[in-house]
Amino acid sequence: MSWFKRIKEGITTDTKDKKETPEGLWYKCSSCKHIMTTEDHEKNFWVCEKCGNHHRIGSHEYFDILFDGQEFTEINAGIKSGDPLNFADTKKYSDRLKDAYKKSPLNDAIRTAYGKVEGLDLMVACMDFNFIGGSMGSVVGEKISRSIDVCIEKKIPLMIISKSGGARMMEAAFSLMQMAKTSAKLSLLAQAKLPYISFLTDPPTGGVTASFAMLGDLNIAEPKALIGFAGPRVVKETIGKDLPEGFQTSEFLLEKGFLDLIVSRPELKQKIAELLLMFKN
Amino acid sequence: MVYLEFEKSLEVLSNEIEKIKKVGSDSNVDVSKAVTELEQKLKDKRTEVYTNLTPWQRVQVSRHPERPYTISYINAITDNTWIELHGDRGVKDDKAMVGGFGRIDGRTVMFIGQQKGINTKMRQIRNFGMANPEGYRKALRLMKLAEKFNKPIVTFIDTPGAFPGLEAEERGQGEAIARNLFEMFQLKVPVICIVLGEGASGGALGIGIGDRVLMLENTWYSVISPESCSSILFRSWDFKEQAASSLKLTAEDMLANKLIDGIIKEPLGGAHNNQIGIHLTVKLEILKQLEVLDKIDSQHRIDERIKKFCSMGVVVE
Ligand SMILES: [Zn+2]
Repeated sequence: MSWFKRIKEGITTDTKDKKETPEGLWYKCSSCKHIMTTEDHEKNFWVCEKCGNHHRIGSHEYFDILFDGQEFTEINAGIKSGDPLNFADTKKYSDRLKDAYKKSPLNDAIRTAYGKVEGLDLMVACMDFNFIGGSMGSVVGEKISRSIDVCIEKKIPLMIISKSGGARMMEAAFSLMQMAKTSAKLSLLAQAKLPYISFLTDPPTGGVTASFAMLGDLNIAEPKALIGFAGPRVVKETIGKDLPEGFQTSEFLLEKGFLDLIVSRPELKQKIAELLLMFKN
Repeated sequence: MVYLEFEKSLEVLSNEIEKIKKVGSDSNVDVSKAVTELEQKLKDKRTEVYTNLTPWQRVQVSRHPERPYTISYINAITDNTWIELHGDRGVKDDKAMVGGFGRIDGRTVMFIGQQKGINTKMRQIRNFGMANPEGYRKALRLMKLAEKFNKPIVTFIDTPGAFPGLEAEERGQGEAIARNLFEMFQLKVPVICIVLGEGASGGALGIGIGDRVLMLENTWYSVISPESCSSILFRSWDFKEQAASSLKLTAEDMLANKLIDGIIKEPLGGAHNNQIGIHLTVKLEILKQLEVLDKIDSQHRIDERIKKFCSMGVVVE
């Protein structure tokens, strides 16, 4: 196993890493159109100060938000997709991957790292929607699987931050089996009595929802995230009418009994630390 | 007999045989020689057609309207001793997912599977084999029941997918499938999963975690149907044949990619062409696999089950 030590200098490091966050001096909220400075937006964890809209962010930002002093050890950073089926649709999958590598510094739709959260150990596996829609292929499965191995070895809790458009279709059945693989490893984590926090952020759908995202000892979501197995468009086609207001949002799932709580981003670190402590003592 | 589009030559020959037989009985002329010759010709043609099926043609065979479904297998295999058990103890009884104990060669086995309807009315009732969350929860309840009394589990997979409806989402389709995956890995009893027809995505996998995962010869198993793949990736419904090839969804491809453990051969012309034959083949395969699995210590079986699925995936470092 290859290990990569990477210490962050601070929250404002290389902008190349932060494609999901807006560039420029001003940020306009996509929900309420409120305008604020990018700096204020960032200070408020990319949450609109007026309406509370959670702008979509990636692993870089979540690691910075969660880990003490923005210090963490990233593991298995170099793993990439092997294109097992030599897949091609209108475009070759290998070309899609090359484009994705060019567009961002990410190697796939997830990064895994461990560090301290208010002094408590935590492994965080965080998905990146920026990389082929946060789709789950072999790399996502393998990195989650290996991060769980490390959790068991080091006896540390796991948090998976999911945001995904679903399966990586270009890996077909290999992608499907990642649902099985991650669930298998989570069953081992459970047997080791190590806590698993599933943090659902806009949008976990498809195979991610039907595997690790719904298997947390605690299922916690960001406000107003879209969470579902079938996407809203498919459900709408199935029932042949418009979906009720708020269908498949975090608030809807909380009401239906599938979430433990909803936590907004500015409170995230504190709340996770409190919960970790509950498990500990 | 329903003929698929690529079986036209078989239909022509078959009709010819019927015609000659009728002529024979109407005119008292001995046509037996001509009939025998044509029947041999039909058999040869069928062999020719079925040895060169394309992935898309296999998908069509897997959906053949006369193909036997889960309950017909269970009844045949258990010699009609199967007692269906209903309900998830929470919401309702999902008719798209069936389960219950049955006897096979003197021992009790839990049989669970998706059930498609055999006619228009039943297709509605069975929801085309698309289970709701309560179907997956019923399946899990029955698996736990089998585990409690140390009975092996056989699941039969035949679904175009988990139902993508409004109530299904409200009642946690994702959670239900996820829970099954998680729990099935730790089942202490032997689990054999057999794809009988369609193995579509999470809906199939939701009862698909086993010590042995087998596919009948003319079935498919993938993350998405060729039609949906065509529509999403090719942005048109016209590429289903190409999508079927690209997805590598046949039993042969799945075995080559080490994503299943074995293939069960079908009678010439597909399972629907000889139902008694395929029922017996599947029964013998279950008995054969159980004999092997019985001898393995349960913790070891669980470890191997987990190891197998954890080795699935291709990455480069
Ligand atoms: Zn706003």
